[in-house]
Amino acid sequence: MKSEIELLDLIDAYLRGELEGSVLSDFENSRRNEPSFDLKVVEHHNFLLHLNDYKNKIKLSSDLNSIHESLDIQSIKEEVAPEPAKIRRLWKKYRVNTAIAASVAIIAITVTLISTGYFSKSISTNVNLLRREINSIKRSQNAIIKNIGDKPLKGPSDPGEFGGTGFALSANGYVVTNFHVIKGADSVYVQNHEGEAFKVKLIYIDPAYDLAVLQITDPSFEKLASLPYTFKKNPSDVGEDVFTIGFPRDEQVLGKGYVSARNGFAGDTVAYQVSIPVNPGNSGGPLLDNRGNVIGIINGKQTLVDGAAFAIKSSYILKSIEAIPQDSLDEKLVVNKRNTLSGLSRKDQFKKLEPFIYMVKVY
Amino acid sequence: MEKDLNSSVPSDSEIVLGILNDSKVTLKHLYSSYFPMILQLVIKNNGNEDDAKDIFQESIIVLYNKVKAGNFELNSKLKTFLYSVCRRLWLKRLNEQSKTSRNIHDFSELIPVEEDLEKHEEKNRQFILMDLALKQLGEPCKTIIEDYYLQNRSMQEICEKFGYTNADNAKTQKYKCLQRLKKIFFQT
Repeated sequence: MKSEIELLDLIDAYLRGELEGSVLSDFENSRRNEPSFDLKVVEHHNFLLHLNDYKNKIKLSSDLNSIHESLDIQSIKEEVAPEPAKIRRLWKKYRVNTAIAASVAIIAITVTLISTGYFSKSISTNVNLLRREINSIKRSQNAIIKNIGDKPLKGPSDPGEFGGTGFALSANGYVVTNFHVIKGADSVYVQNHEGEAFKVKLIYIDPAYDLAVLQITDPSFEKLASLPYTFKKNPSDVGEDVFTIGFPRDEQVLGKGYVSARNGFAGDTVAYQVSIPVNPGNSGGPLLDNRGNVIGIINGKQTLVDGAAFAIKSSYILKSIEAIPQDSLDEKLVVNKRNTLSGLSRKDQFKKLEPFIYMVKVY
Repeated sequence: MEKDLNSSVPSDSEIVLGILNDSKVTLKHLYSSYFPMILQLVIKNNGNEDDAKDIFQESIIVLYNKVKAGNFELNSKLKTFLYSVCRRLWLKRLNEQSKTSRNIHDFSELIPVEEDLEKHEEKNRQFILMDLALKQLGEPCKTIIEDYYLQNRSMQEICEKFGYTNADNAKTQKYKCLQRLKKIFFQT
């Protein structure tokens, strides 16, 4: 045991190169002469090589780690990172421009649509509803539009915001007009040919057919004489001579024309196309044939097209009247069945009709 | 699409010489010259920078052992050698992770490095064995062995450090410790 310890120490010293002089030469002699001794030396040496490898690797690893820490890995990573695909690169580069272009386009489109009235709920962009804007009149057109605020009137001092036409359904104060005339109204008045204004109450609306039924509730209203006209149930033929009376100004105006097509704008079966001069304010006016039958109610005209006015067919007025629950009415609404206009000249027809046609004023 | 990553790369023979001389400057140069290439390789093939670090450091150890063993011949570019080693190592790791073989997206030429890697694996095994053996050895043996054989301290220093009264005690201790280490190392 003792000798083994000494021997190991000797071999260690030899391998470290610490032996000198006679000790070294003795040691080398022993290695040459005794194979078993030499084997021990080689064995130990080999084991020490393992240890040495271990040591070197640990040292190298720690060196490498310290170098790694000294590098700016993030910037190297950015430098070598795979480049994004071309489309993504283009998107990255141009997305701001794209966003701006898109916003400009959207704003431009929106402004255009708003300014052309795309969003306002008219029956169609191509059809002018013929209610009159009384206060804010556009004189751009043929100056036909009438500002009724110009003249002092009887009745309410406020001249109203919109005007249209309406006509009596029965002698006891029911009046029909267009829905678009009274749409959004705070209060509605009707004014007869003598300039008397009466307050009315909204009884029934039918936005689909653009119809509204009003009832005069004003205490100063006196019952009318019996109605001279009737309502035609069957559709009229194309070419039939017709006339209308309306309030495009503060006075009743007679317009004359003929039914020019069976259907209305864009094939609308609810209406006729009528070739008749109508203007803002004519909306809600009755369309009558030569015998004095109401065949429709004027509600609009096509823009940019001459002589294409539209009138809701009278059968829809009758349908609307039927749709009103009779129980909810104060007074019975009975449609007149006797026509007293037939055979009269137009002058006499107009005179007879005058009291039954009202200007509708909306506030 | 590849970027030029090797600006101011030292020549291969300079590096080999530096390795033989244990030059830290060379090591640092080598590291900073070729790490970006390996980082690119690993990142492009589903890895991150930590993977790249492991793989690259392993490849440098392979290179070191090869150079130190004295049988390194410059019959290819050092860059190609490192790339090939890293590629193999990374492929192996990918396969271990997913159990399915994958293809690596290549961007450099390759040389066969199987032999070097086999040697490296053998060394790795021994390294792990030695590490385990030293850990099992326990104190004070581990410190004595490390001080004497790994750090080349003299027996005199070790005596003072551990408070042995004479050098013989220290020698006996060293002998016993070494015998135990050998036993553990060769047994496992």
